[in-house]
Amino acid sequence: MSATELAAAVAPARPERVRRFEARRLRAPLSVLLLLGLWAGTAWLLAAPRLFPGPASVLEAVVRELVAGELLFHLGWTLLRVAAAFALAMLVGAAIGIAMGRVAVLDDLGRPWLLFFLNLPALVTIVLCYVWIGLVEAAAVIAVAINKIPNVAVTVREGARALDKSLFEMARVFAVPRLAVLEHVVLPQLAPYFLAAARSGLALVWKIVLVVELLGRPNGVGFQIHSAFQLFDVATVLAYALAFMGVVQLVEWLGFQPLQRRLERWRR
Amino acid sequence: MAALSVNVVRKRFPALGAAPEKLVLENVRFAASEGETVAVLGPSGCGKTTLLNLVAGLDPEFEGRIERPPGRLAFVFQEPRLLPWRTVEDNLRFVLAGEADAKARIDAALAEVELPDAGPVYASRLSLGMARRVALARALVVRPSLLLLDEPFVSLDQPTAWRLRLLLLDLLARHAVTTLLVTHEPREAVMLADRILLLTAAPGRPRAELRVPLSPEERRDLARIEAVARRLLPDRPEPLAVEAA
Repeated sequence: MSATELAAAVAPARPERVRRFEARRLRAPLSVLLLLGLWAGTAWLLAAPRLFPGPASVLEAVVRELVAGELLFHLGWTLLRVAAAFALAMLVGAAIGIAMGRVAVLDDLGRPWLLFFLNLPALVTIVLCYVWIGLVEAAAVIAVAINKIPNVAVTVREGARALDKSLFEMARVFAVPRLAVLEHVVLPQLAPYFLAAARSGLALVWKIVLVVELLGRPNGVGFQIHSAFQLFDVATVLAYALAFMGVVQLVEWLGFQPLQRRLERWRR
Repeated sequence: MAALSVNVVRKRFPALGAAPEKLVLENVRFAASEGETVAVLGPSGCGKTTLLNLVAGLDPEFEGRIERPPGRLAFVFQEPRLLPWRTVEDNLRFVLAGEADAKARIDAALAEVELPDAGPVYASRLSLGMARRVALARALVVRPSLLLLDEPFVSLDQPTAWRLRLLLLDLLARHAVTTLLVTHEPREAVMLADRILLLTAAPGRPRAELRVPLSPEERRDLARIEAVARRLLPDRPEPLAVEAA
């Protein structure tokens, strides 16, 4: 008898509540299966494999691109751009947000600018960056970052406004050095806001990166989707899209969720 | 020579919106010699916390002059003001700024407030009574030359407050640190202070300065404390609730 079997044998019957909780956990996978079923069923009904491929054809396209080495190559380029634009947007946006949250003059001066950039369509930023900077990597990354910076700034500004004044007083009385105050007082309070900005940021950034690639890059998921679009190759379009969605979900599971658990350990 | 000398000629809060300018403190003058504990006793709202903020240097806007002893300052606030996202040990380390024997000093301070095992616990998980002990430990671990206490045991149940006062009594005797205690609780002042400065209701003006005639042993005796409080403070600003500790 293994250890787990032994534990299961010794353990008392689990209360109803626990069992119901476990049943709830099955709902999400069931929902995914339902979606796949609907998709397959619709594809079968429409019987137009080129314009509306089923899950099997898309999986086939994924495997084909993977074996050809194309998928990882273009995925890699897109990931690099996402990472660069994301880092730039978080850094600049956080700095702007903290400054505006802490200094009233900067908040008043910055608000109209923020409003302007929040309402500026991503497509306009991309076109202008390509025109002004050129069809280069820097233009692509900057264009994406500019789209995301205002969102990060707004979120982090809320956090900077909500900083607990009484803890700063405490630190001042005890003559704690500024760097330690930043590390132990400011950053822990801003962490949830950073995390919220990062999560919504990643979701937005990767979508804009595809547009940037479509408009002016010779590689990446956006470029591949564009090429497939010109051939009306819907299976390849979906193959690249789903592959990248999977990568983003992995970042959520392996990056953000463990990070959040770590940051919130003290609350439990 | 006095370790702490306070002379607040006037402290006003400026007009804010519809509220007019407000005089908070006037002619508050006192001194404390080294190792002495002075209590400032007055009704709620008489500017006691404002006075502590002036002494701590948190608020430079006042007429007058305050001289603090050289060395480190420690403050036990009305609320514990711990960093909830740090452990108890890291909360103490936070005020030690990389001093060499930090770990040993932290352990000693936690043992002194009778929480020797609390080091790895997140401050967010402490009860209010424990958090106040940690706030005391954080104050003592810096080896202050001046200790400021702002109603350190307010909103605790009476037995816990009494136990913590006994603890503080021992700590003050052991550390011989110049201490300024602000409270609205007459027995707390009588129990812990060498001298009591009575303030009037807002604006706070000095009403009397009293010496507490209690030996260290008598300070542990609630009946003695009650008797002295009643004798020294006959027209005390707030009635003394009588309860068993």
